Amino acid sequence: MSTDLARWQFATTSIYHFLFVPVTIGLAFLVALLQTSWYKNDNPTFKRLTKFFGTLLLINVAVGVVTGLVQEFEFGMNWSNYSRFVGNIFGGPLAMEGLAAFFLESTFLGIWIFGWDRLSKKLHLTCIWLVAGASMLSALFIMAANSWMQHPVGYVMNSQHQPVLTDVWALFTNPVFLWAYPHVILASLVTGAIVMLAFSAWHLKRNNSVAAFRRTAIISVAVLAPAIFLNMFIGSELGVVEGKYQPMKIAAAEALWTTCDSHCPFSVFQIGGGNNDQTPTQIWEVPDLLSILATNHPDGEVQGINNLQAQYVKEYGPGNYIPNVFIQYWGMRVMAYLAALIALFALWGLWLIRRKTLTKAKWFLLIAPWFAIAPFLMNTAGWLLTESGRQPWIVQGLMKTSQAASPSVTSTDIWISLTVFVLLYAALGVADVYLMIHYGRQELEPSGEDGGGGDGDSDPSRPDSSDDSDDDRVPALIY
Amino acid sequence: MVYLNNIWFIIIAVFWVGYFVLEGFDFGVGMLHSFVGHDDVERRVVVNSIGPIWDGNEVWLIVAAAAIFAAFPSWYATMFSTFYLALLLVLVALIVRGVSFEYHRKIDNPRWRSTWKWSLTIGSALIPFLLGTALGDLLHGLPIDSSHNYTGSFWGLLVPFGLYTGLTLTVLSLFLGSAYLCLKTGGELHDRVAKLSGRLGWLAALITFGWLTWIHVGLGVGFVPNPLEALALAAVVGAALLAESHSEGWAFAAAATAIGSVVGSIFFELFPRVMVSSTNTAYNLTVSNSASPSYTLKVLSVIAIIFFPLVLLYQGWSLYTFRKRIISGPATASTPAPDPAGPPDSTDSTGAPLASVEDG
Repeated sequence: MSTDLARWQFATTSIYHFLFVPVTIGLAFLVALLQTSWYKNDNPTFKRLTKFFGTLLLINVAVGVVTGLVQEFEFGMNWSNYSRFVGNIFGGPLAMEGLAAFFLESTFLGIWIFGWDRLSKKLHLTCIWLVAGASMLSALFIMAANSWMQHPVGYVMNSQHQPVLTDVWALFTNPVFLWAYPHVILASLVTGAIVMLAFSAWHLKRNNSVAAFRRTAIISVAVLAPAIFLNMFIGSELGVVEGKYQPMKIAAAEALWTTCDSHCPFSVFQIGGGNNDQTPTQIWEVPDLLSILATNHPDGEVQGINNLQAQYVKEYGPGNYIPNVFIQYWGMRVMAYLAALIALFALWGLWLIRRKTLTKAKWFLLIAPWFAIAPFLMNTAGWLLTESGRQPWIVQGLMKTSQAASPSVTSTDIWISLTVFVLLYAALGVADVYLMIHYGRQELEPSGEDGGGGDGDSDPSRPDSSDDSDDDRVPALIY
Repeated sequence: MVYLNNIWFIIIAVFWVGYFVLEGFDFGVGMLHSFVGHDDVERRVVVNSIGPIWDGNEVWLIVAAAAIFAAFPSWYATMFSTFYLALLLVLVALIVRGVSFEYHRKIDNPRWRSTWKWSLTIGSALIPFLLGTALGDLLHGLPIDSSHNYTGSFWGLLVPFGLYTGLTLTVLSLFLGSAYLCLKTGGELHDRVAKLSGRLGWLAALITFGWLTWIHVGLGVGFVPNPLEALALAAVVGAALLAESHSEGWAFAAAATAIGSVVGSIFFELFPRVMVSSTNTAYNLTVSNSASPSYTLKVLSVIAIIFFPLVLLYQGWSLYTFRKRIISGPATASTPAPDPAGPPDSTDSTGAPLASVEDG
């Protein structure tokens, strides 16, 4: 019971945290691109755009950082047996993340926010690139740790049957990590690009600063299109790798109960299914596609859930080794279908750019703001697929989730914390979305002070308080 | 390589000391800002004094926790599950406080502003209190069984010595924050803070003296204070005197030394234990029975040797970049943003006319 609650809490807080992570990784990179354009051609429009999207970035960083703290603490708070058992391996990447990446990101983000008037343009630009790079580096260590749970490597079992790290390098050459890390980074770029596109489209639809937002719309489509196509390829390769090391995950994702020898069809849509229904009604199947997805060959064999279950019982002793098939089947499909939809949307954008009609494309501009929901659903579905598919293991083949929780933490404790997190996160979510919409709808700030001998009436009209980040108002409070 | 676990104990102690020194003044500033700032502009000046650096300072806590996880997994497992609900409160405080820095100024609405103002104030007070209580508890001892699991309830965590340690670190943070603000503000605001700092110094000295007495009388560790404890007492009394006589730079340095050596003393007294079991001393967690194997510690050492000096370097540079006083000149209230303090590219000299740096 308390293990289930601990799982609910970890799932809730992780999913919530990962709504913010990809936006911040993606937007940090895009904001750095914008600021680089400003640095290179001294066009004040790019400075205004940098500040506009920089503000949106900071609104999300604020929540992303603090919800990340929860994740780190939860390993010890809720999963103390797990932490004790594998801390000598799993803790390493977390400590490296803090020392190598998180210090860098946090320190230079602070300098960037407050450094507009204190640093040279070049140094200030370096700061945002360090932030963008550090956030990707941070993800690298977290993904190395996560991949180890999917496919443990670089250890031996000691005399107390505990895994002990023997080769740290193996953590970073883990095949699951090598595919999962770029998968996450590209998903982040997709998310950031769609968010940028959404706000650009909203303004273009209303003819606000068309010249400026046309640029960000083009930049975001230019990042989005290659990122989504590349990521669909990487995602399918990751599926092949996981099929090798976690065949049960893939079998469950296809709701394939009995092993299929070759030319396995892919189920596009089914009615029913789940752990208690081994014969759902297939609505649409594509021949050979499952074999191709799972093995890269049309005649490849895909193992079935029942066969794997029997095999695991022989290997690990009696028990239920089947994850939640419904979550697997639909997690995989929601992720993949949304990716396909996003890819089509990116193609539409490219076609409009080529025809030079992007700024007048009524339907595209109308849909784009709403389309921003898609990557968040896609990312969440992907994580459900990969994490729920690992069950009943917390570390594949080494430790079961049921053995991992904290013995001293009661169900009451977790009810309290889960309630607190849900309420607090809901409030934060409302504040974040409210601020995103509020700031995302504001006009670009007038190109006041910089470069081209600004226009006079920049400020008095503006309300003293609301506006953009500290940078412009801090001169009022001179350092 | 047996000694590596001792070294990692020291490194972790250094992270905690660094965290309380750096976030200590952030906490103090956070607690003070709603009281010393009389209007929005003044509160903004106060909060902006830590605006660029608080986030980087907070990472010291994250790294302290992650280093315990990696180097002493059993310590991490026992400590974090033991303090479950207390850490929940710490997380809530860290969350509302962290978000308030960014969200506070975003909307000009009295209720919005006041919500985040109090989030920052209360969060800044709760975190040092709760973490201080936890550190005090480590030393005092808690009921821990033979498999290193806590057997008490949430109320069992509220050990008087722990609570008093929390109070000590909160008051020291408050004092350190006031000393920091003396260095970072000007005008009327500065005078208010300086007066307050003089008084807080003596309060901090009194409470610290009580804490040291408690360790030696109450916890029975002998009469002779260890060098860090002696340093803590000397530093806090010195800081109080210096704050009173307005030697602001030295007062800040002494107050930072005081809070750092108080935290250091806790680890000094703990060693070689990392968590004391009040059930049976045989169940104590120690640097030997909770450490990772030597290969892990070697890997971590390599990482620390490469990255830690870099961190010190760029965090130092960040402090240096934002070293100047923040002064809200009389003109500012009426004309906020437009008048840039200088041409955008003149880098460091911007704003120099109004800013001044004194003493050292």
